[in-house]
Amino acid sequence: MNKPENIEDRLWDYLDGEGSGDDRLFIEQLIASDAEWKAKYQELLELQDLLSHRLELDEPSMRFTRNIMEAISKHHIAPAAKSYINKRIVWGIAGFFFCTILAFLIAAFAQIHLTGASTTDNSFINNINLDKVDASGIFNKTYTTIFMMINVVLGLAALDMYLRRKKAKAANQ
Amino acid sequence: MQTGPVDNEIINRVLKGEQALYAQLVKRYTPFVFTIVLRYTANREDAEEIAQDVFVKAYRSLADFRGESKFSTWLYTIVTTTCITFLRKKKVPVHSLDTEQVFDLADNQNSSFKANQVEQKSKVQVLNEALRLLSIDDARILTLFYQAEQSLEEIGLILGVEPNTAKVKLHRARQRLKEKMEKHFTEEVKDMVG
Repeated sequence: MNKPENIEDRLWDYLDGEGSGDDRLFIEQLIASDAEWKAKYQELLELQDLLSHRLELDEPSMRFTRNIMEAISKHHIAPAAKSYINKRIVWGIAGFFFCTILAFLIAAFAQIHLTGASTTDNSFINNINLDKVDASGIFNKTYTTIFMMINVVLGLAALDMYLRRKKAKAANQ
Repeated sequence: MQTGPVDNEIINRVLKGEQALYAQLVKRYTPFVFTIVLRYTANREDAEEIAQDVFVKAYRSLADFRGESKFSTWLYTIVTTTCITFLRKKKVPVHSLDTEQVFDLADNQNSSFKANQVEQKSKVQVLNEALRLLSIDDARILTLFYQAEQSLEEIGLILGVEPNTAKVKLHRARQRLKEKMEKHFTEEVKDMVG
């Protein structure tokens, strides 16, 4: 519980103002009563003071602001992204593709004529004849190849995105 | 550092056409931006170029600043992405080497900084030199927390991590800073602790 790294972590939380009232009171009592805690607290307090109040900020050259104002005079502020990304257009395109896929499926099913065992039964299922299904127009070799190539490229792009995200996550940890 | 309504007021007026007012924001945040950029590259010329790029990018995308966070947080996010892009273009590892070799190399170079030189160093000098020995990640988070006065939530937004992750990174950075100071500036640290 009171390993050096634990003492430091808890003292840093105390110095950052974190922890409940009871926790902070407990830490204060430890600092007052335990020599190790007191020494460590003084050490970290000194470092905290240096980091908070004594580090100086750096300044660039005197012309810095003027250089920036000259640079921005040649540019315009771009309109906010929400002003030109119209969600209705995005949903419209999605709807178009959904309807197209649905239309293809309906056309494909409409060609299916199934025959049943009984000639007197005119139900829909008995009238379906799979032998008469002609998909050669849809599953043309060239179109199939192009379609598969696009799928492969998209799949590789998705895999790349996933691996990059995983790498970034590992690097952050 | 002024924040809040004053920044937003300036931004609104710049968006309405008062371009000259942007200089106020630039002057206000230049020291912070430049200091953070210097954590990524020690070359002052490169740092100035990157910092200028940051402010120009911020100006061009000012309309996208929604005011949900502080302007400083939004600006420091641009700093992070611009610095990473710059380092990748220069083919410099984004996570700088934090090894004994780097320290030895710095020690052998003809620079004003000699880590084991027997001379009286002020506490601030020791701290600055120890900061230079840290990795980019560690130096950056210490700068954002202590000098740019960003909270852990804001640092999380800037770095694209959870606030708890930012807290752990901060703890580790402090620990490594202390280790650097103890390892390379033993006499000075003894004086500091008393």
